[in-house]
Amino acid sequence: MQMKSMEFTVGLFVVAGLLALAMLALKVGNIHVLGAGQTYAVTADFNNIGSLKSKAPVTVAGVRVGEVAAITVDPITYRAVVTLDILKKYRFPRDSSASIVTAGLLGEQYVSLSPGGSRHDLKNGGKIRITQSAIVLEQIISQLLYSKAGHS
Amino acid sequence: MSAITRVTAGIQHLGRRVIDGTSRLGRATLFLARLVPGLGAVLLRARLIVQQLYMTGVLTLVIILVSGAFVGMILALEGYNTLVKYDAQSSLGLLVALSLTRELGPVLTALLFAGRAGSALTAEIGLMKATEQLAGMEMMAVDPLVRVVAPRFWAGWIAVPLLAMIFTAVGILGAYVVAVGALGLDGGVFWSQMQSGVSVTNDVMGGLIKSAVFGFVISWIAVFEGYDAKPTSEGVSRATTRTVVSSSLAILGLDFIMTAFMLRGL
Amino acid sequence: MDTTIKSEPLVAVRGVSFFRDGRPIFRDLHLTVAPGSVTAIMGGSGAGKTTLLSLIGGRLEPHTGEVQVAGEVVGSLPRKALFALRKRMGMLFQSSALLTDLDVYENVAFPMREHTRLPEALIHHLVLMKLELVGLRGARGLYPAELSGGMARRVALARAIALDPMMVMYDEPFTGLDPISMGVIVKLIRDLNDALGMTSIIVTHDVSEACTIADYIYLLGDGHVIAEGTPAEMQKTNSPEVRQFMAGLPDGPVAFHYPANEYMADIRAEVGS
Repeated sequence: MQMKSMEFTVGLFVVAGLLALAMLALKVGNIHVLGAGQTYAVTADFNNIGSLKSKAPVTVAGVRVGEVAAITVDPITYRAVVTLDILKKYRFPRDSSASIVTAGLLGEQYVSLSPGGSRHDLKNGGKIRITQSAIVLEQIISQLLYSKAGHS
Repeated sequence: MSAITRVTAGIQHLGRRVIDGTSRLGRATLFLARLVPGLGAVLLRARLIVQQLYMTGVLTLVIILVSGAFVGMILALEGYNTLVKYDAQSSLGLLVALSLTRELGPVLTALLFAGRAGSALTAEIGLMKATEQLAGMEMMAVDPLVRVVAPRFWAGWIAVPLLAMIFTAVGILGAYVVAVGALGLDGGVFWSQMQSGVSVTNDVMGGLIKSAVFGFVISWIAVFEGYDAKPTSEGVSRATTRTVVSSSLAILGLDFIMTAFMLRGL
Repeated sequence: MDTTIKSEPLVAVRGVSFFRDGRPIFRDLHLTVAPGSVTAIMGGSGAGKTTLLSLIGGRLEPHTGEVQVAGEVVGSLPRKALFALRKRMGMLFQSSALLTDLDVYENVAFPMREHTRLPEALIHHLVLMKLELVGLRGARGLYPAELSGGMARRVALARAIALDPMMVMYDEPFTGLDPISMGVIVKLIRDLNDALGMTSIIVTHDVSEACTIADYIYLLGDGHVIAEGTPAEMQKTNSPEVRQFMAGLPDGPVAFHYPANEYMADIRAEVGS
């Protein structure tokens, strides 16, 4: 009987460990966020993506609707091509715009969508034409300094 | 003259330490090689491993739960104080989760395990040797490597990754309680930032791999030191100390090496 | 009984030498143990008595010569065959060597569980039978830490005979026991030997107990057998070594002093340095 209660405790222990792993994978990590087949992909070209990384959130009005799937460089235009996976339940007009913004001063960068007014929606493989690149802090600072220097 | 002799003695001492250390490492490796067949054989007797999982894993659980919760809560407080200066407190969840999954969870769990369970393993095996229990088993045609050492080795190896996952999960929950309950952060932001920044394949799995390596090394050191101990009370107590010291050093050294490899591999 | 003693020996030690840290423990040691007998191996502390048991049990290998048990050369046996042979040998350690995390019942059941696939009910019968033989059936639920030295040794004895071995080796079975426990062990060794048809090898330095139960005595000294015979022969001998040991005289052929330089020379050397 003693052995049985010990076996039971050990079983609980192993289950607790596996549950913790499951929590880390599902709740802390991002395995569940976008299941395959529940999203459609659109691309957007940016002049500069700053420090945007894949898996970064895609939001509308602060609500998460998808994530960055891939970031590549167009070999001809040398612009950054960002692929966004967006949940199928959200539809956006074709003339929506995308901008890269920062959470807080030094926080993570993410993609924010602003819906347009077109009657046609973006489809899988579609392209967002109006984009605003990331604001790079160093550029702003140097602009500020040079303009100051120019004035004096 | 005395200065020269002192330097000579110092160098001689250093040389002896190096030779001692190297020969210990060699003996530990030979011991592991002898243990391998036993590791296979004992799998047929899962009950022995379950028993040891109780002794090593379950009995270490309390200290892991308490430490994990506190480490998470401290991380939340400290992290918040720094992040809030840059208006980046929304990244607090991410900061805590990355610190715990990649480093603190595996490393602190391993250090606590070495102190709590590793030392007990060494002392137990050493005492069995000192009281002729191992010799008695051999004379009863029972291989102590299979009956005594192998189940303890397996149990330690299995327990550490499980404990590390529990430590990390509890730590994140502790940080959540402090961040949302005491510091007034938004719960949704806490989790969503975390999810956007924590990679399952790199961070969670990386931590799991680290803790599995730590579990292997601690168990190996603990059973070797116990089996190799001088069969006296002094010998056993020395072996116990050596287990804690060597495993702690091994954990930190290996952590550095693995982190370097994992970051480069990304 | 004479006929059994004359038959093929169960244990034969032939020309064995054994060194530890370069120091000779045995040099050209010869002795035999007849099946069915109680053989006592005696000698002073440090005469290598326990080492001899380790050689017979195959835990150590002789550097020269060979040890035969039941016709097999122990030192060169592969592990599997050695373990098979050990199942037929019991050994009683001086420290009893009971497994501290198991109770008395499980300690006696241990060899059966490890080596047989007997049903639980049969193991139960066998364990109680062995414990009854040593008079400790009532102590089956106690843990080794709760036993007195004499009781622990009796449990260890029950465990040593758990698999009905052909022979049992006793390492200093009389040391550290009160007179009653000692009497119990002496009686048990003789009774079990005769009742179960075993062979017993007793390593001891207790002269009177050995003389009480042994059929044959070997006296070890200086790495080899210095005298052998039945207890009666040993008592009567004129050899000064044997007389010193049997009567427990402080000085004699085995000197009181550890070999040293001349006393006064040693003192002067100390002062001079």
